[in-house]
Amino acid sequence: MAEKIVLEIARYAPEKDEKPSFQSFEVPFRKEWVVLDALNHIKDKVDGSLTYRWSCRMGVCGSCGMMVNGEPKLTCATFLSSYGNGATVRVEPLRYFPVIRDLVTALSDFLVKLQSVKPWLIRKDEPPLSAGEFLQTPEQLDIYKQFSMCINCTLCYAACPVVGLEPTFVGPAALALAQRYNMDNRDQGAEERLGLLAHPEGIWGCTFVGECTRVCPKHVDPAGAIQQYKLKAALEWVKGFILPRGSEDQSKEVRP
Amino acid sequence: MSVQPSTEFHPRWYRAPVSTYWWMGSWRYSLFILRELTSVAVAWSVVVTLLLLRSLLKGPDAYAHFTHRMQAPWMLALNIIAFCFLLLHTITWFNLAPRAMPVRVGGKRVPEFLVAAPNYVLWVVASAAIAWFVLRKS
Amino acid sequence: MEIRSHDILLVGGGGAGLRAAIAAAEVNPKLSIAVVSKVYPMRSHTVSAEGGAAGVAKPDDSLDEHAYDTISGGDWMCDQDAVEAFVKEAPQELLRLERWGCPWNREPDGHIAVRAFGGMKKKRTWFAADKTGFHMLHTLFQTSLKYQPITRYDEWFVTKLLVDDGRVQGVVAIDVMSGKIQAITAKAVIVCTGGCGRIFPFTTNANIKNGDGMALVQRAGTPLKDMEFLQYHPTGLPFTGILITEAARAEGGYMINKDGYRYLQDYNLGTPQAKPVLRSMELGPRDRLSQAFVKEDQKGRTVKTEYGSVVHLDLRHLGEKLINAKLPFVRELCMKYENIDPVNELIPVRPVVHYMMGGVSTDINGATSLGGLFAAGEVACVSINGANRLGSNSLTECLVFGARAGRAAAEFAVGQKMPNGRVLAQATDEQKRLEQQYLHKSGGQERIATLRDEMQKAVESGAGIYREQSTLSQAGNKLRELQERYANISLDDHSQTFNTELTSALELGYMLDVAQSIVECALHRTESRGAHQRTDFPERDDQRFLAHSLVRRNSDGSLKVDYLPVKITRWPPGERVYGQEEKPKDGIKQAG
Repeated sequence: MAEKIVLEIARYAPEKDEKPSFQSFEVPFRKEWVVLDALNHIKDKVDGSLTYRWSCRMGVCGSCGMMVNGEPKLTCATFLSSYGNGATVRVEPLRYFPVIRDLVTALSDFLVKLQSVKPWLIRKDEPPLSAGEFLQTPEQLDIYKQFSMCINCTLCYAACPVVGLEPTFVGPAALALAQRYNMDNRDQGAEERLGLLAHPEGIWGCTFVGECTRVCPKHVDPAGAIQQYKLKAALEWVKGFILPRGSEDQSKEVRP
Repeated sequence: MSVQPSTEFHPRWYRAPVSTYWWMGSWRYSLFILRELTSVAVAWSVVVTLLLLRSLLKGPDAYAHFTHRMQAPWMLALNIIAFCFLLLHTITWFNLAPRAMPVRVGGKRVPEFLVAAPNYVLWVVASAAIAWFVLRKS
Repeated sequence: MEIRSHDILLVGGGGAGLRAAIAAAEVNPKLSIAVVSKVYPMRSHTVSAEGGAAGVAKPDDSLDEHAYDTISGGDWMCDQDAVEAFVKEAPQELLRLERWGCPWNREPDGHIAVRAFGGMKKKRTWFAADKTGFHMLHTLFQTSLKYQPITRYDEWFVTKLLVDDGRVQGVVAIDVMSGKIQAITAKAVIVCTGGCGRIFPFTTNANIKNGDGMALVQRAGTPLKDMEFLQYHPTGLPFTGILITEAARAEGGYMINKDGYRYLQDYNLGTPQAKPVLRSMELGPRDRLSQAFVKEDQKGRTVKTEYGSVVHLDLRHLGEKLINAKLPFVRELCMKYENIDPVNELIPVRPVVHYMMGGVSTDINGATSLGGLFAAGEVACVSINGANRLGSNSLTECLVFGARAGRAAAEFAVGQKMPNGRVLAQATDEQKRLEQQYLHKSGGQERIATLRDEMQKAVESGAGIYREQSTLSQAGNKLRELQERYANISLDDHSQTFNTELTSALELGYMLDVAQSIVECALHRTESRGAHQRTDFPERDDQRFLAHSLVRRNSDGSLKVDYLPVKITRWPPGERVYGQEEKPKDGIKQAG
């Protein structure tokens, strides 16, 4: 039997289609091929109008995320062989995102959310470069390192039902990146970010489904990051409750 | 940084509606919805516990009345179901603990099961102690 | 046609582009700065860089030693004034990135850690595990978000530089999402589009690296420099071409042939030791290692596989703990893409096209010969990489020369008038050209993928690791044929919305132009130097060729090659010696 696999690909041409439909393509089944290789085969040899994003083909640029058989996947890291010779594999654009065309989703909203968490090092002081590096021990690096591994592939958004139900939810990747900076000992912006994110569309929007962490190709654990963030927010709230005008300095004063 | 929007010309985006039955798409989503819905069971258990405490404070008569009411078959069934859901939530919380509170010793993160395990151990010990105490009296 | 205007316009949003944008914004916050990129900036290929970024960091090291390693590594083709500026500013730039939050690996006391790298006499490579490029790019991108003057044009594809009155005045670009063709005018343009590895069939380079900027600049009448110097990285995974970082060897990995023999000792690269020795054996420069592979293959001592011959990279003796701590991405890539665990298995590797040393000819501020046009990063040739780049110099190059170009462009822009009406007429012409040649075209017969495959085969066989007159001429003829056939391409896709077939066609056009430049320069350089090895001219010829090639495109499409002397300041040309102690020191003495 010839080695074949069938790809059912969601097609959507905004100029003429009301909504997406599926088109089937038969492609050779090769053990070293990933889903992206099959898409490239179709685009090169069969239908040049098939539209999708890809770039590095080594799982680090974050371009080629799609739904493969209903699961958010990086198609450059998803082997055809995991579905077996003769299988039918369904490829769709990442769920919960607006579709621009075929397998291409609109990312502009994600970029706005990313920017909204202030994902940069915030400092109150800026010592001159000649003062050398900010010290950071390997242990301090290890505390936030996991959350710095996000490649912005947005698979976690496609896995998160809250994103689907509440499109204004800041979402897993952006919140995890906020926490990445919060936990960096060089950063002094945690308070500022907490003010921005301790609201129902921020950390409290998360209902701990945990799917973001399961689908993350880089083991970032956004769900864990958000729960840690919630705990910190809750503790801050309690602190504020016990010490109404409570900053840490005031708390040292003895009140009758 | 600002971004140049190209909204004037940009094409019609397709927004897939989220189905009412989205949570049936995978067992993980179903489990999640189950947890959301059964938080009512947790609330119910809290109410029952408060009622128990109130009857205890009021005296032996009130306590007897309370236990009698609790023996009604529908009440038993309700509490058994609530108890099962309570177990589900307990397990969820215990498994969440190491993720929300990563513990570090000597700069290294302690493996998750080592953080979760004491919770379970404490839970079993406490349950055993209460069971022993209750069953011994009766 | 709608027109947008900015003071400074960046083409490309990778490491160099973002660094340049931030530099310009810091010099003069009143300037309006546009970053036009065909992908979202965090997708740029900087993201794939693994090993690290070089900059003198420790007291046992010196700027002169970094300069000497770079210059000898480049087989004396580097402009030494540029190298001196580069090594001087490198540590500051890396430090600045630390201040912006880059998660550099650290010493136990909290200071920056450095690792060894190929061709470097001292440990001076700053690293963030083996995802250095990823962390640098995301740090730069996230930091750039806080600068108000920077406007992003994400997924806009530049098709032409607008030139009038002796200076560049903007670009024409397609907004890929809407398909609208628009002019964006600017007082200064900085091209930071990266390299052109996709011209070759087997490359570490991402799909987006098509030499866009090189072709755009050359079409605007500005020369490319040293295009014959193309780097093969010695360790790519077969089939995918995924890079296994040099850091794997710097941490102590061995290169072995099919007999388990450390074959590099046969190629004048030193004697094998258990622990890595700097500038020796596996830590020799990339050109020598890739050339050694070809010789080893000719001797029949490589392993034959479905995807060509391979040798093995052996990391097993390093142990799981070190691999997880220093090379986690190597392990991840091997396991995911080759189903091999380097902790207890050998990694099959072969040389793979990795980096273009040549590019847009610039001075040490990134300025080209065309007014207002700057370039930085892999697309540019300053030149600090000469005939062979040392590993970990390129990430630093993006920072140092990105920043320099950004500052220089900011200064240039202040004195300039806004662009005139003539460039708008050019933009309208460009729109018509795109519509006629691509979007509204019918009756073409050639498929993009077919032409691309033929181009890749031609360039690989003609201008690979070893070249000679006859194969180069054949490749040149083939490329001319492909240029003619390119005029006859057909597109399946005539949609306005996110037309990636259109952008692929334009990219193929860029690649053909750049491929011709590579072959033309390689034909003219009848000597062997660094990464350019001619079997018919095996010796280095400093009498005739201690000079940069400059390749221009004439209006009829033919190419013209001229030469420009290499700038020598303190290090006269010497012999490249690896694996021995004495001679490199002589080189430094001479330099004094």
